[in-house]
Amino acid sequence: MSDIGAKPEPIEVRFRGGGFAPKPHRWIGVIVFVVLIIVAEWGTRSGWISPLTLPRPSDVLATFGELWESGLLLKHLVPSLSRLAIGAAIGASFGIGVGILMGLFSYVRAGSVPLVAAIFPIPKIALLPLFVIWFGIDEASKYALIAFGTFTPTVVATYGAVDNVDRSLIRMGQSFDLSWFSIVRKIVVPGAMPGILSGLRISLSIAIILLVAAEMLGAEYGIGAYILEAGSLYDLERLFAGVVILSVLGVLLSMTIGLIERRVLRWRS
Amino acid sequence: MDIRLDAISHSYGDTEVLRDISLDIPTGRVVCLVGPSGCGKSTLLRLIGGLERATKGHILQLGTPPEGCLNPLTYVFQDFALLPWRSVWGNISLVLEDHGIKGAHANAIIADVLARTRLSDFSHALPRQLSGGMKQRVAIARALAVKPAVMLMDEPLSALDSQTRELLMDDLVSLWTRQPFTAVYVTHNLAEAVRLGHRIVVLSRRPGEIRDIVEIDRPLEGRGHGDRALEDTQRHLWDLMRDEARAADEELLDV
Repeated sequence: MSDIGAKPEPIEVRFRGGGFAPKPHRWIGVIVFVVLIIVAEWGTRSGWISPLTLPRPSDVLATFGELWESGLLLKHLVPSLSRLAIGAAIGASFGIGVGILMGLFSYVRAGSVPLVAAIFPIPKIALLPLFVIWFGIDEASKYALIAFGTFTPTVVATYGAVDNVDRSLIRMGQSFDLSWFSIVRKIVVPGAMPGILSGLRISLSIAIILLVAAEMLGAEYGIGAYILEAGSLYDLERLFAGVVILSVLGVLLSMTIGLIERRVLRWRS
Repeated sequence: MDIRLDAISHSYGDTEVLRDISLDIPTGRVVCLVGPSGCGKSTLLRLIGGLERATKGHILQLGTPPEGCLNPLTYVFQDFALLPWRSVWGNISLVLEDHGIKGAHANAIIADVLARTRLSDFSHALPRQLSGGMKQRVAIARALAVKPAVMLMDEPLSALDSQTRELLMDDLVSLWTRQPFTAVYVTHNLAEAVRLGHRIVVLSRRPGEIRDIVEIDRPLEGRGHGDRALEDTQRHLWDLMRDEARAADEELLDV
């Protein structure tokens, strides 16, 4: 450390603490989309991408315009949205309810953990014929499919979230003689809310996937029916127009949950 | 209202944590429980407040709690145990809501306890905005709101830095001086014990037994820094505890 004689040149300490701290960059996502679309447009125009591989984005846009002008867009969108809303609402509320019960009661948990584990990996699409037999070919079977698909991930997320609620807060509630119901309502549920909401992000995306599956049978109108019809005709422009609608739906749902998170979980950050 | 511990023993499975503890907690006095880590002092506090059931022995309330007392045995926890999604006001209101106290009556109680803990300006702040010392003052305000007969304080200052600890000790002394309360105060810090305790109960290492009970007659507000008599008491307590603490430190936890 202390060499006598020649003093070495001072060296600046090298900074090595960077990275591993993601920051929000709002516009990069938009730029990625725009670049991809421009590449696709340019590629299909110059013939470098054959029109059989990928439809031209401007054609998809034109198809979208026709859909809007003919009024078919709403005709497809309204039944799909109502199926999505009703199905997902049933599935999510049952999922949250059962998940909370599983988190609170050890018998319910012991009984349903294996059951949920058995149900989770079943591709719900495979059960569509069963639901048609049980609930008929009308709307009820579509609600059931979407509800069932959203139920399982919601249950798993909720029960994990309830499990993670700080036990010392529950102890505190008991020490102040709060009633059981008060403890659940004022301590357990708000404490589990972050986990429940991040679970909802996943289950609502799954609900959109299942919407297309649900409209495979007995649906005249609906985004899913529209996509499936275009697919069987190999009409790529319409297929893409439908897919874009689903993507936009997904982005909107995720933004909505983000908004809810920011309001309900303001106490975190 | 006094509390009497009658031959309390407690074990977790085969591990005996407390053995034959008999103790009186008289009204209006602060009883400190000190002892080496793992001697069962926090367990004893949970037994007193009914959060755990003793394997043997009884915990008795002598007399009735004072008028207007909502929750006779009220805890102040080491980790504060505040709901992070409720404001200071909401955290105190939480413990009143279940007693049907709402509106103007609740506002009056909350304003009073916030004033007593010097928190009136922070009633709308969220716990994450508060310093550790302020969080613990909120927890103390919450405990005062239910007008407890006995406060059960589980190392209330141990999560705080030493300066904050000094300030809060002053706060506790002035709270007690203005309106004496009964408390069982668990700590591993002997300086806190001689500063705040009227009666100091020294527990041995596991299984915890009462090794000695030291009474300090000097009034709380008269106890300052550099007080010879208090220092002697503290040294005496440390002499009692040193070997126990060393032995406890060298024990394996899961034997």
